[in-house]
Amino acid sequence: MAQHTRKGAQFQALTANRLSDGIVVYLTADDRWSESLQDADVAEGKDAADALLTRATPSVDGNEVVEPYLFEVSREDEGIRAASVRETIRQAGPTVRRDLGKQAELSGVHD
Amino acid sequence: MKLVRNGAFVEDDFIAVGDEDALPDGPAIVSLERWQAERDTLIARNAPIGVRLQSGQEPGSIAGDLDRIDLVALEFPVYRNGRAYSYARLLRERYGFKGEVRAVGNVLRDQFQFMIRCGFDALEVADNITPEIWAENAGSFSLFYQPSADGKETVLSLRQRLAARAREKATA
Amino acid sequence: MYRYDEFDQQLVNERVAQFRGQVARRLSGEITEDEFKPLRLMNGVYLQLHAYMLRIAVPYGTLSSKQLRMLAHIGRKYDRGYGHFTTRQNLQFNWPALKDMPDLLAELASVEMHAIQTSGNCIRNVTSDQYAGAAKNEIEDPRIVSEIIRQWSTFHPEFSYLPRKFKIAVSGTPDDRAAIRVHDIGIQIVQNGKGEIGYEIYVGGGLGRTPMIGKKIAGFVPKEDLLAYLEAVMRVYNMYGRRDNIYKARIKILVHEIGAEEMTRQVEAEFAELRKAGTLHLPLEEVARIEAYFRPPSHEDLPDESTELNKAVLADRGFANWVKSNVAQHKVPGYAIVNISLKPIGGVPGDCTSDQMDAVAGIAETYSFDELRVTHEQNLTLAHVRKKDLFAVYEILKAHDLATANIGLITDQIACPGLDYCALANARSIPLAQQISERFADIERQHEIGELKINTSGCINACGHHHVGHIGILGVDKKGVEYYQVTLGGAADEKTAIGDIVGRAFTEDEVVDAIETIVTTYIGVRQNGERFIDTYRRVGIDPFKESLYETR
Repeated sequence: MAQHTRKGAQFQALTANRLSDGIVVYLTADDRWSESLQDADVAEGKDAADALLTRATPSVDGNEVVEPYLFEVSREDEGIRAASVRETIRQAGPTVRRDLGKQAELSGVHD
Repeated sequence: MKLVRNGAFVEDDFIAVGDEDALPDGPAIVSLERWQAERDTLIARNAPIGVRLQSGQEPGSIAGDLDRIDLVALEFPVYRNGRAYSYARLLRERYGFKGEVRAVGNVLRDQFQFMIRCGFDALEVADNITPEIWAENAGSFSLFYQPSADGKETVLSLRQRLAARAREKATA
Repeated sequence: MYRYDEFDQQLVNERVAQFRGQVARRLSGEITEDEFKPLRLMNGVYLQLHAYMLRIAVPYGTLSSKQLRMLAHIGRKYDRGYGHFTTRQNLQFNWPALKDMPDLLAELASVEMHAIQTSGNCIRNVTSDQYAGAAKNEIEDPRIVSEIIRQWSTFHPEFSYLPRKFKIAVSGTPDDRAAIRVHDIGIQIVQNGKGEIGYEIYVGGGLGRTPMIGKKIAGFVPKEDLLAYLEAVMRVYNMYGRRDNIYKARIKILVHEIGAEEMTRQVEAEFAELRKAGTLHLPLEEVARIEAYFRPPSHEDLPDESTELNKAVLADRGFANWVKSNVAQHKVPGYAIVNISLKPIGGVPGDCTSDQMDAVAGIAETYSFDELRVTHEQNLTLAHVRKKDLFAVYEILKAHDLATANIGLITDQIACPGLDYCALANARSIPLAQQISERFADIERQHEIGELKINTSGCINACGHHHVGHIGILGVDKKGVEYYQVTLGGAADEKTAIGDIVGRAFTEDEVVDAIETIVTTYIGVRQNGERFIDTYRRVGIDPFKESLYETR
């Protein structure tokens, strides 16, 4: 369910948590789950977003991920950026522990 | 839906009867409303009668008639709604009901043992529950801290017995 | 402290085995997430923002050094080398993998620990006073009934599917360090004219969306009847608590809707029946058995004055400050209570690394009879330290960044994990606490301000207990931007009060200045060295409203 995205959001990506270890993952164009938002498949418009959400179903049924949902992103020069504070934190890790989470590999996300 | 009664998978001899339906000849389960409306007729039937209580319909409402009732079905509209655990205990421990107390509705495997402990002796379970799944879940725990309707010995009681035995040994 | 007997241990082992089977079935897909979720919640496993979160129970906040070492080990082996102590005296790990949980829980079970009922709509960890067994005016060690209640509530077949979560707290002294009046059931230990111990029962306290203070419904429940009384309360709640709306499902709403008098009547009626039936009568033998575990440790016969301590205080300014704020009076001469601050300036409130845990475990083992406590204010306590050992303890703490001399002062803040970790949050709480901490870091200024408790929550669920902070801060989301609403005058002690909202919310940039303004206003109007909370009770909210908003 798309609970973390603004109505009328133009660009959306799909995220979930990996079942076995809970780590945040994003659906790629070739239906893999990557830990990096930069690998995410970005859907433009509502129809594409709905299609994107549906592509998560086999992974849920296949017990690979849990709780998939769409969220708003934007395409910046530096790469794909989450629109909300929440998803930015989720993408990169806690703002108060820059040494943990994926931000350890991604620089400048919280700046 | 499968019915487990006293730990065994059995055919359900009771028929659930809607408020407007004709009553069958054999065992029937009716709603509380129907019981209250047609009590005398239902008692006069020469067949077992069961009353189904929904969440919010307390056993106290039929407490006076429990010697005429053979079965009380307690509904779990959703597994999260645990009112019926209290209803079952009241039926057994407060009102001394000796008939069948059946769990119906959203009954999940992790609740089997809690339900049994609260005095349910019959559960309507999902079709995918096998005897193995039943046994594993109905016997998840072998010890119990608190007393309940099943009358099973509590850890406290075990401790007291052990202590008494130790005292006997010491004085022997 | 309590030690498991074979029965306690077997139950925990059976639970580990049960959960191991459930996890295996989930990973293989035999059960779906919908079926699995309630199971994992009952074992304290949440799915949070970045990963799973495991909440480990610390019954009434008491830990042995062996248990703390195991927590340190688990942090290293299964997590990222640190844990977070919560406002319910529990410990949270933020990064454990689901597939590792069964092994993790098995290791915990080996030191008599578990994560049972730390989540879900059941009776949660019973919390209590971190000074238990050491406070001067203690009537009875509250951990005795806390342990009795823990056992009675564990895997209770009737009360595992309550309308909502249920939290119980116990206080054994007239001064309440357990916040009993904002719990679903709060228990105050009292003594009657005949010297008998009994229990006052408060019902319907709570924070969150609708903060309420508990109502006293019983003045003296005798010890042998306590479980029957609690069972009566639980049964009334289980049957009549609302099931239609999760925001109206706590017992506080039931008490509010039917009134304290009616609640009392219903509980008394059920209690009378349960008492008659007698199955919950608590035998004195069992009480004595549990009491034995909480007998005071073998304190030495010491003079109350310690020359070693006095010399060290004069010689070391930092140590002197630490003694002033972090050391509390013990009932036994020559002993002291040591509070360990987990609020270093600019640090994450309540976080503790595995290395720090090992250090504290070592100190507890050598200097405090092998035992320590977790406080609901996210700090740790060593309850029985000889005064002559205080300097040695301080040195070890200092070496591990655990000697911040700020207990009860403005930088000793409570903060929930907030949007940095929590899937429920609307705003971040930790960075705000860090900024406030840094702004008020100067120790002289902290002492000038005196006792001032700031609590920050990242959402309305109020896990930071902001409603009962002297200054409370609630993070809210306004159109995607984090704002902070400030309340004043809350208190969690025996004069429990819910804070008053001071006005419109502040931005992240504004709120630290707002705190500064509040502090300055307080110092401007205080009399005779009043604490902040005393000044607020005397002058009310207006002076603060004016200073904060007059230029708007």
